[in-house]
Amino acid sequence: MLTIDQATYDAIVAHAKRDHPDEACGIVAGPEGSDRPERFIEMINAAGSPTFYEFDSTDLLQLYKEMDANDEEPVIVYHSHTATEAYPSRTDIGLAMEPNAHYVLVSTRDHGNDDGPVEFRSYRIVDGNVTEEEINIVATLS
Amino acid sequence: MAIEVKIPTILRTYTAGEKAVSAEGKTLSALIDDLEANHSGIKERLIDNGDLRRFVNVYINDEDVRFIGGLDAELKDGDQVVVLPAVAGGC
Repeated sequence: MLTIDQATYDAIVAHAKRDHPDEACGIVAGPEGSDRPERFIEMINAAGSPTFYEFDSTDLLQLYKEMDANDEEPVIVYHSHTATEAYPSRTDIGLAMEPNAHYVLVSTRDHGNDDGPVEFRSYRIVDGNVTEEEINIVATLS
Repeated sequence: MAIEVKIPTILRTYTAGEKAVSAEGKTLSALIDDLEANHSGIKERLIDNGDLRRFVNVYINDEDVRFIGGLDAELKDGDQVVVLPAVAGGC
């Protein structure tokens, strides 16, 4: 199960809506082993594409050095699908390289940049196996 | 000659859980062969068809090796190498 606070949830949704029709991406870091998504970090989609996302390689190094220095890890890796459902694609599964992370997918296909509900789902992706999990949204992480 | 190589979580199964290992080599290619000698199986995760895998990033002293010669990038004692899988996907 993914436990996420409302503000972080809202920030992910806002990012996905803002970048629509391109895919938005980012990370929520937290203390290593804590499973607490505490630090929301928007990343630039270097692919700038409606069908693909990739962190810029320099930004990626910077991010991981920062997390390393803080004893953090990526607790959530999120990205949006802008024309399809919020389910990991074959590419998403093949490229999922963080076995400890919750992979969050947001689909903006229904309302694009406008207000309105989005699909917001979370998965574990380990060795090519996808397992959807429940999401528990809380006011603040206890 | 010792070069510190930082290993990402997904590849730590090859390094007995170690976050960083020491390796040797005058080029990135030689360094990866040395890694393979001590951590069998890791090379295949980094290289495909004789080239660095598209979705694996390797940095020497914070420089993406793609901009400094790829597998031929030169190394010297004390350099720091970081391996990071790309964070990427697509619908």
